[in-house]
Amino acid sequence: MGGGGDGPLTIQREIERLQSEKTHIENRIALLQSRLAETVAREEERVSTTSSSHQSNGLSPESIYRYSRHLLLPSFGVDGQLNLLKSSILVVGAGGLGSPVAMYLAACGVGCLGIVDNDVVELNNLHRQIIHTEAYIGQSKVKSAAAACRAINSSVRVVEHEESLRAVNALDIVSKYDIVVDATDNVPSRYMISDCCVLLGKPLVSGAALGLEGQLTVYNYNGGPCYRCLFPTPPPTTACQRCSDSGVLGVVPGVIGCLQALEAIKIASVIGEPLSGRMLLFDALLSRVRIVKLRGRSLQCKSCGEDSIFTHQLFQTFDYEDFTQFSLSDVSRMNLSLLPETARISSKDYKEKLENDEPHVLVDVRPAHHFKITALPKSMNIPLSTLGVELPTISSALSEVEESSGSPASLYVICRRGNDSQRAVEYLRNNGFASVWDIIGGLESWAAEVDSNFPIY
Amino acid sequence: MKLTLEFGGGLELLCQSIKIHEVDVGLKDGEVKLMMRDLLTWIRTNLIKERPEMFMKEDSVRPGVLVLINDCDWEIYGNLEATLEDKDVIVFISTLHGG
Repeated sequence: MGGGGDGPLTIQREIERLQSEKTHIENRIALLQSRLAETVAREEERVSTTSSSHQSNGLSPESIYRYSRHLLLPSFGVDGQLNLLKSSILVVGAGGLGSPVAMYLAACGVGCLGIVDNDVVELNNLHRQIIHTEAYIGQSKVKSAAAACRAINSSVRVVEHEESLRAVNALDIVSKYDIVVDATDNVPSRYMISDCCVLLGKPLVSGAALGLEGQLTVYNYNGGPCYRCLFPTPPPTTACQRCSDSGVLGVVPGVIGCLQALEAIKIASVIGEPLSGRMLLFDALLSRVRIVKLRGRSLQCKSCGEDSIFTHQLFQTFDYEDFTQFSLSDVSRMNLSLLPETARISSKDYKEKLENDEPHVLVDVRPAHHFKITALPKSMNIPLSTLGVELPTISSALSEVEESSGSPASLYVICRRGNDSQRAVEYLRNNGFASVWDIIGGLESWAAEVDSNFPIY
Repeated sequence: MKLTLEFGGGLELLCQSIKIHEVDVGLKDGEVKLMMRDLLTWIRTNLIKERPEMFMKEDSVRPGVLVLINDCDWEIYGNLEATLEDKDVIVFISTLHGG
């Protein structure tokens, strides 16, 4: 063994020193433990005296404070709020209608809020889809909407369904909820959601908006009609305009979405008279709201009538896109192919002809208000609807170019996406114009292939 | 017979973008009442300026058009067989699908 520092005496002293330190620490631990116990006991006592000072009605003090303005409403009150807190509502679509619906349902305190959509947030959504912010551009609408709802009310259970609602998954998803809000933007989804709600016995709050008008009703509620009772036959596809084609003033779906939230809240909290068997028609331009009486449930209805053809199994395999002749994918509506290849050129080829100064006339067949948004230089606006009466204008424009260039001039036709331009070229070819070509894919293709600074809308 | 006809949901585009039309529809000789069937024919002849197939299919309105007589679904009154009276308001609304 080494030096005296490690002798038994030194070790003994070290042990005594550590033991005294240990006792000291143990004393401190004991002291803190007793203090902690005291605090907890006091807290428990406080809580127990508080709860004994307030008669339990199922609402926590925090809920009473948060929803106090609801509770103060004699026609809503504690019962209405408790019903709401117990309810679960599915919002289909997190767009222009779905934005205010989801925000109000989260704010008002539904128990469970489901949001289903498979879209991503785009810059041109933000003027009306007010639940989304610039920070979420390119991200899932469901994620964005769910985050916004949680930020408003963290006590609501928000369920994200990042998929499109289709016949194959609808029964599964919808069955988990008490009430469905249709905030979609197309015909096949509206039939599908209504049929699904009939099969599962769920009330459906349906809203729609386009341009400066909106419509609202409640289907399949309390013996009222379903969507198919009203519209047994789908409309022709030409009658189904989209916001992306016809435009929509942002606040219009906002108004209808707010009213959808209201109807959903009324049904969930069991107050008032939901808008079943009636329809609200909103005209923003004339500042008019009209409420009309609808037919009752139809006994012949294929969905909810006496001879309903729908079973869960048939529903899941029913082809709603075929039934409505309406495709849910954007790709297929770009695919109009009226013309032979020889009657068409690409936007890149047209660019080359421009650079080579080839004598020609470029006719833009979009409506005049589209032409005002953006257009190619030197293009001539003759909307497709007026083409028939404007043939002489085109002829004289061609002659002018031929005179000044001294050589034959070609005629090119462009539109937004390349569908109307084909219709125009077909018409022109049938009416004596031989050297006429359609620019494939229209201005969208010009922006994608030739000039990335060209505005798209 | 004086009637107010209203077009909405895009149907106004078929009659020069005018939504409200105050019209006077004459009865055929020997007839005492006007039915919706007659009114549709009258509208097709006198008001619809373009794409009549966007308004009518066969002898009725095309699918997706709601017809309201004095703010009630015309189905309640027997649709084509519904009888109209002076000063009735008839609304034609194309259903919307956007959102």
